Amino acid sequence: MAKHRGKGMASINYPIGMNLGGDPSQALVHSNPDGKFTVALSSIDLGQGMKQVTRQICAETLGVPVADVYVDTADSDTGPHCMGSFASRGTHRVGNAVIAAAKEARGVMMEAAAEELEVNPEDLETDGEGNIHVRGAPQRSITVSDVAVAAQFRQGKTISGRGIFLIPLSEVDPETGEMTPVSCFAHACLVAEVEVDDETGEVDVVEMNSAYELGRALNPKMVEQQLVGGAWMGMSHALWETTEPYYPDRDHGPEDFNQYLMPGPGDVVPHNIAVLERPAPDGPFGGKGPGEMCANPVLPAVVNAVFNAIGVRIDDLPITPEKVLRGRRAQGGARPGPQH
Amino acid sequence: MSKTPVQFRVNGQDRAVFAEDAENLLECLRRGVGDMSPKYGCGQGTCGACTVLIDGEPHLSCLTLAQGCGGRSIETTGGLADGPNLHPLQAAFMEHFAAQCGFCTTGMLMAAKALLDKNPNPTRDDVVEAIAGNICRCTGYEPIINAILEAASRGSNSVVGGAV
Ligand code: FES
Ligand code: FES
Repeated sequence: MAKHRGKGMASINYPIGMNLGGDPSQALVHSNPDGKFTVALSSIDLGQGMKQVTRQICAETLGVPVADVYVDTADSDTGPHCMGSFASRGTHRVGNAVIAAAKEARGVMMEAAAEELEVNPEDLETDGEGNIHVRGAPQRSITVSDVAVAAQFRQGKTISGRGIFLIPLSEVDPETGEMTPVSCFAHACLVAEVEVDDETGEVDVVEMNSAYELGRALNPKMVEQQLVGGAWMGMSHALWETTEPYYPDRDHGPEDFNQYLMPGPGDVVPHNIAVLERPAPDGPFGGKGPGEMCANPVLPAVVNAVFNAIGVRIDDLPITPEKVLRGRRAQGGARPGPQH
Repeated sequence: MSKTPVQFRVNGQDRAVFAEDAENLLECLRRGVGDMSPKYGCGQGTCGACTVLIDGEPHLSCLTLAQGCGGRSIETTGGLADGPNLHPLQAAFMEHFAAQCGFCTTGMLMAAKALLDKNPNPTRDDVVEAIAGNICRCTGYEPIINAILEAASRGSNSVVGGAV
């Protein structure tokens, strides 16, 4: 009996969104009379940080403090339409829609401020702290909340904006089948190190090292959070999780979390992550987003690491002890060198 | 269906509720007491989302009969914060980005509180063991483990409300 170590790597180009039908999302932004802003979205935050990131994007575009922006994703029946939170599209698609909506709202806000200060809107700027002043003359200033009150009760204006992000549908070339389904790619490379027990067939991931290129990290801590959690999920898919262990036969499928296995807190492995920021030209403030890419490279990297360790090529996930042992038996137990 | 009156303490307050026949504590807390902080994850005792403390011990409230809790003292995440002041565990979870969707979070917090109440200076292995029955889909556990260790190092062994 021996334990064999191996390393495997995987790199990916990961498409952000999928342009089949334009992949649109809408956003609506409006001010309340107290000078706070609401962003209405139907894009769901299921823990990936959609609300936080769109809040930052809106505040930055409007030129107001983040604390003055509230994101409301309450109701996809009555809210502005969104294709959904999938395909790693949230930051990119919804963020761009929010920029468009916030720009329009900012235009009205500056007009209303100009009317109060009796200047041209073009001469005004925001300080990001809740004030609007004449460029070069900060003493000629008005607060955003005073502007909101004036717009609401004196000028009869709604400080609001509409935004949509839509990528023109890419036609399929009937001759070649060529099209452009994706306009924006993120990238990653991950190296997994494993230890394989040749007696029990068990595979342990012992370390992961990765580099991610995902445009500008609009919220670096949340990016890190996604990458750490996502890699764990990738590891789980590679080694543990399956609903149909004898696919397509449903027999012996798990019925609860005692049978549907996942790694627990004791199976956490060291994971060193490098985030490379190359702002995307068409991304909101250069952001693309980590999305699903945080889990994906782990699977092929672990498969390659198992091959590197014991020479068994697994082509069916998850990599269970049974598959490892069958693979070893099929190849007579010999182990190719690490160069294979 | 018959109903049985049950009296217990929830986060330091006396509560009297009618428990439905064979109602579990999770349902009774959410429906009867109106404390929505314990979560229904699996209802089978396999995920830990429903963890509450009963007389200081962590229990899966989905597998605990409400009628059996008469006279006991129950602690939930709903009682952790002191007004606007977060419990040290809550603060550490926030600072360490230890929640994403947040569904496991209340169970994690209560499992961690049970640990720190007994063992204010846990090792990493102690923390791992304390939350081993709690499943998290999002975080990869590392931020949660770090948050609990951090709260311990700050001295979080403060009992809020619950203990009698
Ligand atoms: S709901 Fe109680 S353990 Fe899952
Ligand atoms: S934060 Fe989503 S399950 Fe733990």
